[in-house]
Amino acid sequence: MDDSILLAHGSGGKLSHELVEKKFLPFLANPALNKLDDSAVFEASGRLAFTTDGYVVNPIFFPGGDIGKLAVCGTVNDLAMNGAKPLYLSLSAIIEEGFLLSELEQIVQSIKKAAEEAEVSIIAGDTKVVNRGQADKLFITTSGVGIISPGVDISGANARAGDKVLLSGTIGDHGIAVMSQREGLRFSMTLRSDCAPLNKLVSQMLEVSSRIHCMRDPTRGGLATTLNELAKQSKVGIAVEEAKIPVKEEVKAACELLGLDPIYVANEGKVVAVVDSADADKILARMRKNRYGRDAAIIGEVTKEHPGKVIMKTKLGPSRIVDMLSGELLPRIC
Amino acid sequence: MCLAIPVRIVSVDGDEAETEIAGVRRRVSIVFTPEAKMGDYVLLHTGYAIGVIDEAEAEETLKLLEEIASLSEVH
Amino acid sequence: MEFCGGHTHAILRYGIRQLVPKTVEMRSGPGCPVCVTATADLDKAIALAHLPDVIITTFGDMIRVPGSYSSLQKAKAEGADVRIVYSTIDAVEIADDNPGKSVIFIGIGFETTAPTIAASVLKAQQDKIENFYVLSLNKLTPPVMKALLDSGEVKLDGIVCPGHVSVIIGSHPYEFIPQDYGVACVISGFEPLDILLCIDKLVEQIEKGEPKVEIAYPRGVKPEGNRKAWQLTENVFEIGEANWRGIGIVPQSGLKIRKKYERFDADKAFTVSLKPPREPKGCRCGDVIRGAAMPLECKLFRKFCTPERPVGPCMVSSEGACAAYYQYGTIENSQGF
Repeated sequence: MDDSILLAHGSGGKLSHELVEKKFLPFLANPALNKLDDSAVFEASGRLAFTTDGYVVNPIFFPGGDIGKLAVCGTVNDLAMNGAKPLYLSLSAIIEEGFLLSELEQIVQSIKKAAEEAEVSIIAGDTKVVNRGQADKLFITTSGVGIISPGVDISGANARAGDKVLLSGTIGDHGIAVMSQREGLRFSMTLRSDCAPLNKLVSQMLEVSSRIHCMRDPTRGGLATTLNELAKQSKVGIAVEEAKIPVKEEVKAACELLGLDPIYVANEGKVVAVVDSADADKILARMRKNRYGRDAAIIGEVTKEHPGKVIMKTKLGPSRIVDMLSGELLPRIC
Repeated sequence: MCLAIPVRIVSVDGDEAETEIAGVRRRVSIVFTPEAKMGDYVLLHTGYAIGVIDEAEAEETLKLLEEIASLSEVH
Repeated sequence: MEFCGGHTHAILRYGIRQLVPKTVEMRSGPGCPVCVTATADLDKAIALAHLPDVIITTFGDMIRVPGSYSSLQKAKAEGADVRIVYSTIDAVEIADDNPGKSVIFIGIGFETTAPTIAASVLKAQQDKIENFYVLSLNKLTPPVMKALLDSGEVKLDGIVCPGHVSVIIGSHPYEFIPQDYGVACVISGFEPLDILLCIDKLVEQIEKGEPKVEIAYPRGVKPEGNRKAWQLTENVFEIGEANWRGIGIVPQSGLKIRKKYERFDADKAFTVSLKPPREPKGCRCGDVIRGAAMPLECKLFRKFCTPERPVGPCMVSSEGACAAYYQYGTIENSQGF
């Protein structure tokens, strides 16, 4: 095979078939996918969760992961946030002409590894190729299906006054890891993205408590945006303490360097959970036993006051409003 | 334009220096602080070191800030 | 009054206003370089962006500021090549990497940034990079402080002097403030306790009736500043008048590229035709910049002017007072939004 993607790889002809058979199938093989029918057929009954997502991260390779790993974890996590056990994913790749096959292989390997860890199968896929310049190397779109056990009712609208707000670990790791690779910002660090599939962590949390009211992964827009979404959806106030929010020293330093606030920086392997205060401690203990929840902490609580708003007690003492991210997260100079 | 953060010089290479803060490394220009040497802390502003941090003064201030911090914890 | 946008940001982020006694009233000054860029100058930058084979390089804060008719961000969406850079070093590199294009750096900032812009011009000259230009919009701190004090619009008792500008210029340039106007001056760092320490020293000076210039940031600021940095700056720039948004022309308050480096001057190298500048209706950025109004007093604040849909620069720039108030407001001043 040639060493980069040609337009012909997307035309549906011989090269397209070769691409699927040599670059995708061997790594993602499963009974449904192997059939190579026009659609995947599966059986499922019960309450199903369904999600879709697009991945356009730049750069496509970053410390701790790549666009492939991100695509699988992001989709798996969306399902897990509703308490669903993720089952099947579909994956569609739009590839820019000239993209290196060796890089495509690397990404497919990441997808395979992530899918294995999350115990999901990719049962439907598609590839298209566009002219050079019409896509930024590689865009991936996914959809995912999961199944929710009876009795599990998790939604952003379920938070109640008195609930505790739990965070599974340090914030800002992904956004900063990705930014460190961007041209012009030019700083190096050992920090890796926190990109990870959280479905097992979530199922462990659900095992110890049936009183988890909301869960959300604080991706774009960061922790601050997610907390605001929950406050608005549930029509409650949320009060958190800055001192209790775990942030790695490297992330703090990088944020200072760039003039960013860690609470607005994206995460790809964290969960915010709003739970009944009676179960908060035992859920926290269970989270800390999972490798993705080692730094879990109770960061605040839900209140009746100031519904729809998020208040943060600063390290110095006084409280201030934390709004959603507005506009883009631009590096600040002043 | 005020954002400048203290970083530690790890090595000097002519007009540039390799710096580090809490595990984050960055190459900076030291054209304005040619006297900076390994181990010094400099203030980094948009890729340039704009001043060398006086260690003795930093310690004095740190003591003062800690005093204030302990007072505010009381109230 | 705190002059520096970084101080405004820190004061609101750490809730300093709630920690100082009610007898101390804090006003924000014109220390946000994005906010004080005149609309006409921003219009010029946007017009330059639309020229063929031009790459505009700018610090991040500038791209969302609304000019009279557009913004750099809009220009980018319309196809102009506008790139955000973290450092002037990056701008020069972009010029080096794109010999067929003209790379114009939008040179905003105060004395902290001026040396870095000067250094970039010298580097371009040294490396024979012919396609690098600077649109010099750099402004100076002490002259505008004088202009504000002369106007007497706000009766100031003390000024929180900028920390990093002072690393470059030292403390001597502020001496006219206590001497000629009897106003206390303390140069502050940016940690919350630094700022509280500064306010404490200001109050002490005011209560004793002994205004002077004090350095409360001795770890970074020396009375003589950074001579090397200023020499480099004076090599490339000369002092001239500057147009400050909300204030107007202030003599001797801006930096212009000297004749010997005029081939790097975007003003000389490019001509653009501009429509007359216009200020958005109802926008009180000018008043906020001079400390004559608080963001909450602007009728547009939060209702029509938000960070997503900013009317004026004070809401766009993260150093702007309005943006800081919006983002870090307390319950008390949230006015039921």
